[in-house]
Amino acid sequence: MKTIIAILSTILVLHTPSLRAAEEGGKMPSLSRLLPGAALPNISGKVVLVDFWASWCGPCKASFPAMNRLHDKYSGKGLVIIAIGVDDDAAKYKAFAGKMGAKFSLFHDVQHKAAESFSPPSMPTSYIIDRKGVIRHVHNGFRGAITEAEYAAEIEALL
Amino acid sequence: MKHTLWFIFAIIGSCSSQLARVKPYERGNLAKQVMSSDLDPLQKAMTEHGYFSREASFGGGGVGGGGCGCN
Repeated sequence: MKTIIAILSTILVLHTPSLRAAEEGGKMPSLSRLLPGAALPNISGKVVLVDFWASWCGPCKASFPAMNRLHDKYSGKGLVIIAIGVDDDAAKYKAFAGKMGAKFSLFHDVQHKAAESFSPPSMPTSYIIDRKGVIRHVHNGFRGAITEAEYAAEIEALL
Repeated sequence: MKHTLWFIFAIIGSCSSQLARVKPYERGNLAKQVMSSDLDPLQKAMTEHGYFSREASFGGGGVGGGGCGCN
């Protein structure tokens, strides 16, 4: 009996990371805890778009101009875009960030704490969070104008 | 002894998927061009011919392979 309990609890502990994945309907993990020292923007009462990207990710590169357009259109109405880079190489992160000319906030998740907490299913993955901090939409990947239109519709509905 | 063996098998079986899986945000090295399996088209054709000739099977290339795995 003790052995069975030990096995079951071990299996449960080993699979805990998958239980921590940020999903629709769940509360957004605390970015201040996951990105210590980062100058995070104030997101209290705002609609937030959290995007995980990397310099080696082609669709991520395509998503930046789209997010710039969303920032231009909706930042004055309460949208905050937080793009979290997961590059292992800090130089590549900086080079990509410098080249893309993002108008929104960029942060480097060096230790992958934020990535482990959100557990994005693909690269890129975007999370749209409502004003109460609840994740309302999760987008796997970026497919150009289609995804940008989905972002816009969902953000407008939440603003 | 028997219980210990079952315990070890249970641990290995339960976490084997976790051991094999590269998380999407950890694929930076796999995304490098040099990690691509079809870097050289001629070499790829020769490799596939070899698999087909020796094992009467072909295809399946790229299963769990490289690339950024994006989208």
